[in-house]
Amino acid sequence: MTVVLTPTAEYKVSTRDGLWMSAADAEKVTGWALKPEGMCRDERCVPLPASAVKGGDVDVEAFWQRLGGPVIASRDGDAWALGAPADERNAALEGLQAPDFTLPDVDSKPRTLSELRGKKVFLATWASW
Amino acid sequence: MWQSLYAELKDKGFMVVAVAEESRGAQHARPWIEEAKSSYWQLIDTEHRLSDLYNLVNVPQAVWIDEQGRIVRPPETAGSTDHFRRMDLKTRTMSPEDQAERLAARQAYLDAVRAWVTTGKHALPADAARAALPRVTPEIAEARARFRLGVWLRDNGHATEGDRQMNAASGLHPDSWSMWRQAADLDEVGKASGPEFWKRVQALGDRPYYPPPKL
Repeated sequence: MTVVLTPTAEYKVSTRDGLWMSAADAEKVTGWALKPEGMCRDERCVPLPASAVKGGDVDVEAFWQRLGGPVIASRDGDAWALGAPADERNAALEGLQAPDFTLPDVDSKPRTLSELRGKKVFLATWASW
Repeated sequence: MWQSLYAELKDKGFMVVAVAEESRGAQHARPWIEEAKSSYWQLIDTEHRLSDLYNLVNVPQAVWIDEQGRIVRPPETAGSTDHFRRMDLKTRTMSPEDQAERLAARQAYLDAVRAWVTTGKHALPADAARAALPRVTPEIAEARARFRLGVWLRDNGHATEGDRQMNAASGLHPDSWSMWRQAADLDEVGKASGPEFWKRVQALGDRPYYPPPKL
């Protein structure tokens, strides 16, 4: 099994030859579904080169690069990180809607920013280092 | 750190969310959190997800978000100043003048938060907020992915390779102090504020470590 890290989650999927995986796993990992038009999410479809689809499998590395996102593999190829495309991050920030997130508090209770809608939120970072 | 501000303003529809950019995990943040006796949210962000989403480069940085969930002040330094760069490294103290100025700057920042909560002052109009956003470049995007993989590798028994990915991340995004310092800290506790840190700060020359907020 191969570990695939996305900006918000971690998946274990079966892969071959790099990041080829079943269309079902590709959808689970990326949120994009394989259709005749290409990889689709909501109303948007991104055409895939013929070389990136074969017998119901998808080359997720090729697809992710097509989206403009970075793809980084560990030396052994058993762990991969798919980074958010720069354009996607910029578009989200320029919309000025605060990107939502869920993070654990110190007692592991998950907290989600959007639960605070209706309040003014002072969102601040710190670190022990 | 923000408890008195929060206690003062919490009944005015105000919330503080403090996020620890802490790849070593919650146990490293816990002593500080317990010491702070805070009643606002104290969250742990081992993968620096917040830095990825909001394009942050240092701590402490803050983003102000209004009742509709809109960013009204983009990421900026939250109450810290560059006075520390002039401190006496032997005694680790700042001059009384610098200490006073640092305190005054922090107070001014807290006053600005207070004014925002009570009157809406300092909230930027959309075009000004947008113009002040830092741009994510493809290099920064790659740095985030390498950092993410580096943290995972470290947590899963591949410390050397994890270090290499984190150092590559820092090289791709040299403006991120969080990446550099966190990579150094994982390498060796305390290294993030050791001689290499000071050398890197000195190399800034006239550029700020903590750019002052434009209030």
